[in-house]
Amino acid sequence: MTQDQAFYTALNALNKAAYVPGENPRLYDKDPVPLKNRMARENKIVESLEKAVELSGLQNGMTISFHHHFRDGDHIVNLVMDTLARMGFRDLRLAPSSLSDVHAPLIQHIKNGVISHIETSGCRGALAKAVSQGLMDDPMVFRSHGGRAAAIEEDEIHIDVAFLGASSCDPFGNANGYSREGEEKSMCGSLGYARVDAQYADSVIVLTDNIVGYPNVPFGISQRLVDYIVCVDDVGDASKIMTGATRFSTNPHDLMIAEMTSNVIVHSGYFYEGFSLQTGSGGASLAVTRFLREAMIEKNIHASFALGGITGAMVKLLEEGLVSRLLDVQSFDLDAAQSLKNNRFHQQIDANYYANPYRRGAAVNQLDVVVLSALEVDTSFNVNVLTGSDGVIRGAVGGHPDTAAGASLAIVVFPLMRGRMPCVRDHVNTIVTPGNTVDVLVTDQGIAVNPRRPEVAERLEKAHLKVTPIEELARRAERITGKPDPLPFGDKVVGICTYRDGSVLDLIRNLT
Amino acid sequence: MKITTPASAGTMESGDIMIEIESSDQREVEVVLKSSVANEFGKQIVATIRNAVEEFGLEYAVINAVDKGALDCTIRARVAAACQRATSSTAFDWGKNA
Amino acid sequence: MSRLRRSMLFVPGNNPGMMSDAHIYGSDALMFDLEDSVTLREKDAARLLVYHALKTIHYGDCERVVRVNPLSTPFGKADIEAMVAAGAQVIRLPKTETAQDILDMEAEIERAEKQFGIPIGQTRMMAAIEGALGVVNAYAIATASPRLVAIALGAEDYCANLKTSRSLEGSELLYARGAIVVAARAARIDCIDTVFSDVNNEDQLIKETQAIKQLGFDGKSVINPRQIKPVHRVFTPTQKEIAKANRILAASREAEARGSGVVALDGKMIDRPVVIRAERTLELAYASRAVFEEDEV
Repeated sequence: MTQDQAFYTALNALNKAAYVPGENPRLYDKDPVPLKNRMARENKIVESLEKAVELSGLQNGMTISFHHHFRDGDHIVNLVMDTLARMGFRDLRLAPSSLSDVHAPLIQHIKNGVISHIETSGCRGALAKAVSQGLMDDPMVFRSHGGRAAAIEEDEIHIDVAFLGASSCDPFGNANGYSREGEEKSMCGSLGYARVDAQYADSVIVLTDNIVGYPNVPFGISQRLVDYIVCVDDVGDASKIMTGATRFSTNPHDLMIAEMTSNVIVHSGYFYEGFSLQTGSGGASLAVTRFLREAMIEKNIHASFALGGITGAMVKLLEEGLVSRLLDVQSFDLDAAQSLKNNRFHQQIDANYYANPYRRGAAVNQLDVVVLSALEVDTSFNVNVLTGSDGVIRGAVGGHPDTAAGASLAIVVFPLMRGRMPCVRDHVNTIVTPGNTVDVLVTDQGIAVNPRRPEVAERLEKAHLKVTPIEELARRAERITGKPDPLPFGDKVVGICTYRDGSVLDLIRNLT
Repeated sequence: MKITTPASAGTMESGDIMIEIESSDQREVEVVLKSSVANEFGKQIVATIRNAVEEFGLEYAVINAVDKGALDCTIRARVAAACQRATSSTAFDWGKNA
Repeated sequence: MSRLRRSMLFVPGNNPGMMSDAHIYGSDALMFDLEDSVTLREKDAARLLVYHALKTIHYGDCERVVRVNPLSTPFGKADIEAMVAAGAQVIRLPKTETAQDILDMEAEIERAEKQFGIPIGQTRMMAAIEGALGVVNAYAIATASPRLVAIALGAEDYCANLKTSRSLEGSELLYARGAIVVAARAARIDCIDTVFSDVNNEDQLIKETQAIKQLGFDGKSVINPRQIKPVHRVFTPTQKEIAKANRILAASREAEARGSGVVALDGKMIDRPVVIRAERTLELAYASRAVFEEDEV
């Protein structure tokens, strides 16, 4: 209608405001400048990390987060922490998705009071050893991947600022774990863990060594979730992030265990047209793929999807048509990263999609079979993948309890002894995955089935795969190695190992 | 039986133990152990080494051992070999129940 | 059925890591070596290592064979003493050339058995033929002692002795292989073929194993656990062979029930040797777990 007096009277009555060009400061004026000039002038790129930190509003005592897709080649955590220390921050709470050997410099920041608390999936190397010896006042809190994602979603972990490294990022924040232009200095494939941080953090800073043209799509992280972008020289050391296809082990123990595990899967009742699968990323648990592939070809059975933790071995199955789809929350080698980049049936998923414990539809709940490794297992089938036999923190919870709980059949594979250390024991140092979710153990000296799954034991026996009671495996190991003396633990709690819902599975004490 | 020369047996390979033996001024068997499983099996390993040295018939010796996760039977074998070499003797009671 | 010797896994005598669980790979036999895989300076240490291992570690169902140094070396006598005392099931003599070699070794073994209270004759023997003279004397060697359970071919030394080289198709070994099989059968003991050293070439391993199985060998030495399954597969009757053997035996039982000496199957006459071979096929099938008695209808 004509914009006359009647118009404005009606608006008044409706309690609405009229559009006045240029009046609303939130709106951007129409800009005749070409895109390339516009983008150079206005974007989310900030001139320095310090500036980005200032803009983010980070304060002492707040929680910051990182992802671990760059694994042991990561530069981001150390770079950011060094910067924050220089800027004078204190009592920061870290919530990285995991920590690696390369993060040893955090020891100094902890000693200096820059960091007061850490929640992570795992910790390794010198930092882990220092924590085991009582470096921190606050115990380190360990969560599974699904547990962390849920905690972030439910605001149990409130991330104030997320610092997310990316292999490529356009000026508005569309970020990926690979690059389609420019120099690809570092590639990590899936950004599955980072996506959750990006979604829920109050402020999101992307750090990249490769700014690419807009739009960097398909994107791993949507621009809509990104606040600031900082250019760095190197997000990581490519040679330590990932290398070519993960090689199958040639260790005869691993191969034996892997072949046995493949036989177990074939006769478990879960090997049928359209079954689903997740395997580990190394040693025996990866080599299973090699033998299972032969069985799949021989019996003409295809998997509907494989989940992971994706390696080149799974990519090969996808490309051969033995597996229809790959769901990838973390890529483990260059083959996997390339496949994620180029194959539309290799889907990037975030940690909540992967393993949120409160969602029936989470991918781990759609697994028939998962093959996991272990440092040690006790006679109640509880698994430890976090602390070594010497009691020192040295691993990660990862997706272990998530997949064990979600899969119809959880198989844990490991050698009965490692050197002189028995791996089947009366009690493990730290319970990471509770025994009621662990179904089958395959060692190089026998297969054990959880008494909760008698039907599985029956199927295996019927296929002439001998099942040994777990107590007998423990005794067999002990007869050979001798009984280990108890470890010299102290009274201080240095680590809390939580289950997927945050409830406590076990406490880690300091080593004297 | 006397130690005529310092001697060693074993390697640094996984599952093995390197035993170095030399004569001692003290009237005892002294064992210095470095092991990847010192906390869990240190006591047992030292006991096994002592036992094997005594069984061989030596009363005074200094033993330096670097263990890489050797089982008891390997430890005994390496100690016996080192003792044989150190005493230039080939005597070993094969018939004794180990 | 006598013991299966389809595979014999080589375990170097100075390597404790391998020794502690060599049995988990399921070979029929384990051969602990004190000879060529051990340097001269470590012969004493290896002897002690294998001795302690045999006395302590439970090797499951694997036959425990030890390859000792020849009596002509400074090590042989002590090797035999130690291994007999340790309870080795079979002593393997390398580079056997004459029946006398066997008799000399047997005398040492018997002396050791007496010394350590082991029942005389309990320790068995295996002779490795690794040269021309050994091949010429194969039957004499195979019958030299009731303790002998098998004779084996060692191809590397044999080829050197023949002044030729190893080839993939192995024509240089044809005579030796034939002679050893014939001697073993005439002496009613087992015969074992030489190792195939290219661990990565499984196809060729299978080809060679099939060829020597056809020649009549009972088994093959292996140097890597990965070789055990392929070798076992060659020596295990196929389902087809098992089905055929069952039919032959059924026909044989049926003829016996009729009181007839003539066995017929599918309109053809079945000779006695064919029935015996069928019996052997089934024995082998059960022993290698290709067929399980409880699965039989």
